[in-house]
Amino acid sequence: MTKNKRLRRRKAARILSNLYAVLVYSVFYIPVAVMIVFSFNDAKRNYYWQGFTTEWYGKLFSFANTDLWDALLYSLIIAVLATLISVTIGVLGGIGLKKFEFRTKRFINMMIYVPIIVPEIVLAVAMLIIFMTVGIRLGMGTILIGHCTFCIPYAVVTIKGRITGDSETLQEASMDLGANRFQTFWRVTVPSIMPGILSSAFLAFTLSIDDVVMSNMLAGPSQSTLPVLILSLNRTGITPDVNALTTVMVALMVAGMLALNGVQRYLKKRENRLAAEAESKRSSAHAA
Amino acid sequence: MLKREGTRRGKKRHSRLPLLAQAGPVSLWMILFVTIPMLFIIYISFMTRGTFGGVEYVFSTDSYQTLLDVVYFKVIAKSFQVAVVTTVLCLLVGYPFAYYIARKPPEVASRLIMLIMIPFWTNSLMRLNAWMLLFQANGPVNHALMALGLTAEPIKFIYTDWLVMLGLITNMLPFAVLPMYSSIEKLQKSMLEASADLGAKPSVTFLRVTLPLTFPGIFSAIILTFIPALGIYTVTDMLGGGKVLYIGNIIKNQFGAIRNWPLGAALSVLLLAITALLIFIYMRFAKLEDMEVV
Amino acid sequence: MAASIVSLRNVEKWYGNNHVVKDMNLEIEEGEFLTLLGPSGCGKTTTLRMIAGFEDATEGSIEVQGVRVEEKEPFQRDVNTVFQNYSLFPHMTVYDNVAYGPTIRKVPKDEIRRRVTEMLELVQMADYEKRKPEALSGGQKQRIAIARALINNPRVLLLDEPLGALDLKLRKQMQIELKRLQKKLGITFVYVTHDQEEAMTMSDRIAVMRDGVILQMGVPMEIYERPATRFVADFIGESNVLEGRVTGVEEGVLLVETPAGGVRCRGRGFGVGDALCVAIRPEYLRVSREPVAGFSLPATVKDFIYMGALIKTSLDLKNGQEVKLSRLEADPALREGDAVHIWWEAEKAVAIHDDSRVGAVREAAVC
Repeated sequence: MTKNKRLRRRKAARILSNLYAVLVYSVFYIPVAVMIVFSFNDAKRNYYWQGFTTEWYGKLFSFANTDLWDALLYSLIIAVLATLISVTIGVLGGIGLKKFEFRTKRFINMMIYVPIIVPEIVLAVAMLIIFMTVGIRLGMGTILIGHCTFCIPYAVVTIKGRITGDSETLQEASMDLGANRFQTFWRVTVPSIMPGILSSAFLAFTLSIDDVVMSNMLAGPSQSTLPVLILSLNRTGITPDVNALTTVMVALMVAGMLALNGVQRYLKKRENRLAAEAESKRSSAHAA
Repeated sequence: MLKREGTRRGKKRHSRLPLLAQAGPVSLWMILFVTIPMLFIIYISFMTRGTFGGVEYVFSTDSYQTLLDVVYFKVIAKSFQVAVVTTVLCLLVGYPFAYYIARKPPEVASRLIMLIMIPFWTNSLMRLNAWMLLFQANGPVNHALMALGLTAEPIKFIYTDWLVMLGLITNMLPFAVLPMYSSIEKLQKSMLEASADLGAKPSVTFLRVTLPLTFPGIFSAIILTFIPALGIYTVTDMLGGGKVLYIGNIIKNQFGAIRNWPLGAALSVLLLAITALLIFIYMRFAKLEDMEVV
Repeated sequence: MAASIVSLRNVEKWYGNNHVVKDMNLEIEEGEFLTLLGPSGCGKTTTLRMIAGFEDATEGSIEVQGVRVEEKEPFQRDVNTVFQNYSLFPHMTVYDNVAYGPTIRKVPKDEIRRRVTEMLELVQMADYEKRKPEALSGGQKQRIAIARALINNPRVLLLDEPLGALDLKLRKQMQIELKRLQKKLGITFVYVTHDQEEAMTMSDRIAVMRDGVILQMGVPMEIYERPATRFVADFIGESNVLEGRVTGVEEGVLLVETPAGGVRCRGRGFGVGDALCVAIRPEYLRVSREPVAGFSLPATVKDFIYMGALIKTSLDLKNGQEVKLSRLEADPALREGDAVHIWWEAEKAVAIHDDSRVGAVREAAVC
């Protein structure tokens, strides 16, 4: 019922803003779509579209391109390790920096933001100089350190955002009921910030597996990560099996995310149902 | 390093252990791998270039003087220009977009945010490569333009600053949108209503109320797009074909083939100084902790 | 009767499937202090926001000073609002906040200064003009919000629970100040609150709302003394409500049979056999040791509550229902467990419709 000008104007504005949003989203999704389309390109190297084929997926899973698979494995190992290390240190640190007061806290809090804000190349170069000067051999270890250095701050920031005044009270309640610090940490603190832990783990993994700069600067001569391999392939033209691999990886991540969402929704639903049942039981008992 | 509260209150004497266990590792890591390397790179920037690469530990300001050299100065100026244009475009495109999302109900908004993040799970280099494929001389975009009769000859997009900027914007936009989204979302609707109630047209309300109140978010967005745009080299490598040089490429090259560490360090210090300046301005009106970076 | 400055005619408001305001007709008179009173979710704030222009009425018309305003945006309407959370602009000083309206309207600078100073003096905040809102207390913010809304010389000021966030003492003080301010300026105030005491203290007229409907509208005394429905009786002050059925009518007095015994009350429009409720305020209940001529109900004294100025006595009727009685002084002879009789003067008790059950609301509203 567009009975007046105000409503008509508002409707027009709504349509326009929806159009705008679709346009911006398409800028985000177009490259992904093109990337996927070119995994079906019937050409030796991706420059132009030359016809449809699914053979690149077959070739990919025949594991003939060992360079590609080695790089992926290397990237995965680093990403998993970087996630474990940075989440552990980041979660502890997030709690510690929120809970305790110490003289250097302000300084450490500032340092946390350095890797987030300073261009990655600067941090990478600075670490490279130190490693070379001290005489640390470049390789998986140095890449791992590099990745952890920018993953830890994100974990700390995420965890700090999750800790509210409530968590403090919960911890006090736990200790009041006789749990020691260690028990309190595992049974109360960790569960209460679990969503934060999961999202920082997810973030650390995605940051690590997609990283080029650190992996490039801090790599040893022998093996490179998948993104670094792609960067070097770019000179000669990227083969469609790389597109196929990337497509598979995105599909897996989306599937994983949906599964995680599904589990969370299921748990929440079950909780609500149990709560409703308990409530109805209580009220019927009360009525009797 | 620790406040000695333990000595005054005897029963709290053991409270250092959890502090060390929790805040210790992160503090140690940050000092070892952030503070020390940062200080060391500043130190190196004031050293002399080694004859066969590397560093000779003799004080000199040569590297900084080299930066004023026309060749380097041009690169720095161009990097700035590209970073500024990228940032401005990210703000112009991102603000209305962030506003659009922030005015949706929370559950819809969180889904819309998720929808921004999903494309970023795709390898960033492959996404950049996709732009290349689209804008090739003989690629789909040129085909479309020629079919529409907008151009007779294929336009050269690749290896130009414009394509680099497109790549930068599409990679940076989420980092501009997220902080602006969160500050617009915090803006109370009643502020806008109060302004309208007192006689302000929507455009006046926007300029006098919305914009000033969401400024922290805008400035976070500036920091989170301008600084990375200034230092990035993957985008320029992928889309500039190594022919377009920016600060990031030059820094990287000093530690590769060219091996002029002090010069690379000096350029890094330049980026650090710009970062510090922007952060300093930011901290005058907002807390670093409130910057939405995730 | 003064002229209407705001009229709502057949206004309906739907949020999706939620019917928030139902066929609302409301005439607000020039210069009056009208309060929309009701529990949360009764549609009072929505009504106010439709007058201000923040919400569109789904149906019906709204007129301000005889001009229909549905097509006007909030910034085109000559009404101003004092918001529940004050909504002072945090990035502006007190002065800039108050000056906002005239600045937008491009009033000359020295004129603005004069008016801002005048407004700040009016709300006794003249010394605070350089402060930011964050440096003000709740009560001070409220004064600034009022000054900011008044500076445009609105014909109608809309106030949405403006005292909700203040503590009790400050609240009481501000109630009196607001009332004085309204009298002094002669502006129409439309005031929204869920606090019946506040409504009583300040209003010229009160509209009691529930579920999007105005149940009763009238001067405070009328609403207190002659509540139209059981809901109004319960919501405004305290009431003892006895359910019953009319057994006879004598000279305008109803004879009503309740489970606790036969009682008398006044009421119009009820006939023999009708179900109704009898409402009697605690201060009108009387106690007697012996049965009283006319009618009285046997009761047992349960307990006493000392409330400072008042003593409240709870009594159980024979059917187990509890009634409350309030007195300025305790009856020294009464003890817990005493068997007594309660009674009242028939004209002090009112017969009302029972709208406590769902579905009865509309019917009552029509009456």
